[in-house]
Amino acid sequence: LYFSFDYKFKNLEGYVGFANLPNQVYRKSVKRGFEFTLMVVGESGLGKSTLINSLFLTDLYSPEYPGPSHRIKKTVQVEQSKVLVKEGGVQLLLTIVDTPGFGDAVDNSNCWQPVIDYIDSKFEDYLNAESRVNRRQMPDSRVQCCLYFIAPSGHGLKPLDIEFMKRLHEKVNIIPLIAKADTMTPEECQQFKRQIMKEIQEHKIKIYEFPETDDEEEMKMIRKIKDRLPLAVVGSNTIIEVNGKRVRGRQYPWGVAEVENGEHCDFTILRNMLIRTHMQDLKDVTNNVHYENYRSRKLAAVTYNGVDNNKNKGQLTKSPLAQMEEERREHVSKMKKMEQEMEQVFEMKVKEKLQKLRDSEAELQRRHEQMKKNLEAQHRELEEKRRQHEEEKANWEAQQRILEQQKLDASR
Amino acid sequence: RYVGEGARAVPLAGHVGFDSMPDQLVNKSVNHGFCFNILCVGETGLGKSTLMDTLFNTKFEGEPTQHNQPGVTLKSNTYELQESNVRLKLTVVNTVGFGDQINKEDSYKSIVEFIDAQFEAYLQEELKIKRTLHSYHDTRIHACLYFIAPTGHSLKSLDLVTMKKLDSKVNIIPIIAKSDAISKSELAKFKIKITSELVSNGVQIYQFPTDDESVAEINSTMNSHLPFAVVGSTEEVKIGNKMVKARQYPWGTVQVENENHCDFVKLREMLIRVNMEDLREQTHTRHYELYRRCKLEEMGFKDTDPDSKPFSLQETYEAKRNEFMGELQKKEEEMRQMFVQRVKEKEAELKEAEKELHEKFDRLKKLHQDEKKKVEEKKKSLDDELNMFKQKKTAAELLQNQAQQAGGSTTLKRDKERKK
Repeated sequence: LYFSFDYKFKNLEGYVGFANLPNQVYRKSVKRGFEFTLMVVGESGLGKSTLINSLFLTDLYSPEYPGPSHRIKKTVQVEQSKVLVKEGGVQLLLTIVDTPGFGDAVDNSNCWQPVIDYIDSKFEDYLNAESRVNRRQMPDSRVQCCLYFIAPSGHGLKPLDIEFMKRLHEKVNIIPLIAKADTMTPEECQQFKRQIMKEIQEHKIKIYEFPETDDEEEMKMIRKIKDRLPLAVVGSNTIIEVNGKRVRGRQYPWGVAEVENGEHCDFTILRNMLIRTHMQDLKDVTNNVHYENYRSRKLAAVTYNGVDNNKNKGQLTKSPLAQMEEERREHVSKMKKMEQEMEQVFEMKVKEKLQKLRDSEAELQRRHEQMKKNLEAQHRELEEKRRQHEEEKANWEAQQRILEQQKLDASR
Repeated sequence: RYVGEGARAVPLAGHVGFDSMPDQLVNKSVNHGFCFNILCVGETGLGKSTLMDTLFNTKFEGEPTQHNQPGVTLKSNTYELQESNVRLKLTVVNTVGFGDQINKEDSYKSIVEFIDAQFEAYLQEELKIKRTLHSYHDTRIHACLYFIAPTGHSLKSLDLVTMKKLDSKVNIIPIIAKSDAISKSELAKFKIKITSELVSNGVQIYQFPTDDESVAEINSTMNSHLPFAVVGSTEEVKIGNKMVKARQYPWGTVQVENENHCDFVKLREMLIRVNMEDLREQTHTRHYELYRRCKLEEMGFKDTDPDSKPFSLQETYEAKRNEFMGELQKKEEEMRQMFVQRVKEKEAELKEAEKELHEKFDRLKKLHQDEKKKVEEKKKSLDDELNMFKQKKTAAELLQNQAQQAGGSTTLKRDKERKK
């Protein structure tokens, strides 16, 4: 209505200053601080807690805050730990979501359900917060990345792995990891990786994908990473001295498996990708894709609840309010039609009744006329009879008088 | 407002690397491009277009307008600009005809409508089921430059009325236009007068933010220089060995970028280099939220039920929908009832008419019967008379016959009497 969207490209003839916008954004984001929610899923004993501690170089799970692995569970739990970490002036509120008990039972059917429910409930919380009339700074506790730990069996994905990923790949960014990579040789690992990727493709599982960039250098790096998927990782809480350097690693009689050694495992790639280069993208994909999918499904259900669904498929660009408005209009026109019909029926019935009444009146009138006529006839008849009688009587009386007179005359 | 309040802080044993987050965020926004929308409000001839050209160092579209506009219309143009690696989609909206009418009572209306329309468009997008907020072209006005005429005295009532209507909808930055018409001493007084009038009328103008230490000082200083006295020019004049933007008078040259001559540089610093992002953020988190809240409340949405339990979105919509369906059903029922009532009334009417009809004919019938009875009585009495007459006649004839018979004898007897 107001805008024409053909943009005119203009050249600047001198300094303006909006090239400083990125700095403004930088400054504001540091002031605000950052949040990130990371979910960790896998059977017990795959070194999940150790990996988290290694990734964030902290004792997230310590004697005061024991990790979930130290507790015995009967069913799958979903638990979150929040920590605040600060580095280079940048503050990060990190939420780690654990799923103790996952895959540990004998019968693991539906062990993914608590995970799905958790993720959905966080979407639900965000949706409700976003839909409030009074909105404040919305805390974002949506799960932005799920590290899925695959046991280093060397063969392929387990049915549970496939089932889990298929059910969650459209709700969360899944990054599958081969746990305890130091139990496989590089060749075994290679083969295992290839098998896993093949199965992932076969089952059409959508794992997290790196976004394309225009930067050639970046794309080269991304392609290199893609070749190494899924990443095989090793974690460690202990620091060992190797060649004069203090490194995180696992000490074996035959040597030390170093966590941050790219030839030993893909830990560094994971850390760089997850934290240093793609953390923001993981958040954006969660917000723009996974959350929007949840939201549109939820709102479609709320909006079209009870309305004929066939009519409305493909019309999902409306908002629920617009939908209600349209339903209201439809209803108004339906009522108008109904009113007109009822009016017509009413008029017709009234006409019928009036006609009947008129006919009835006419009939009665006719009968009345008839009766009146009869009566008048009788009257006339009577009058005639009387007249005759009077005439006769008069004649006879006249006669009698004559006779009387005659008699009188005769007697004298 | 800040994340992480209340969570447990843990130390890091080395460099993790999340301090790159601001850079990651910045890279994404640079790739996505930026967007900024400015609204220029002011009377015709105050140099709005020239100032925009000067601020953005480019020649924007548009011819100067005449004073004969029948009302206030808003003309907007969008441009793609690039400075270094930063792409900016800039929209400049001009108020055409502002202040030209004799009756200016409705001047502010089209401006308010325009601003609201942009909020509404965003709200509609935000409420859609399938939405694309990420690629939505934001047309909401991020800054309103209000051009004050350089009278040197005070604000016009049109200015106060307009700014009062706009201050809760947009970030207002008041500027004194064509300020090269005012002397330095007059200018200081003028600024003080304007500021006090704004304060006494409760007009909320945009304050450059002072919560971030890195810019608090410069922003706070600049706040005290408001309203900025600006001069715009796209003409260049040679000063020394440089070509500078200036206005050349016989008595001297006003250099646009000379901070002793006018506040142009201050405006550019504040509006563009330092606070552009904050202006955009304030529009989104304050002005837009206020509009949205009012709009939703108007439509009957509320956040909590009387028991203070927050509604979930689903409950809210379902409640709204039930309420709305209930209303419709009620209307439908009312209509039916009305018809039932009409039918009843009409039936009663017709029944009454029928009753009257029958009563009428019953009366006639009764009259008729009375008449008939009378006739019959008359007939009976006539018949009686006839009978009596007949009897009389018969009796008379009988007597006559007797008399005749006796009359012979009577005559005889009379004759006998005579003979004696």
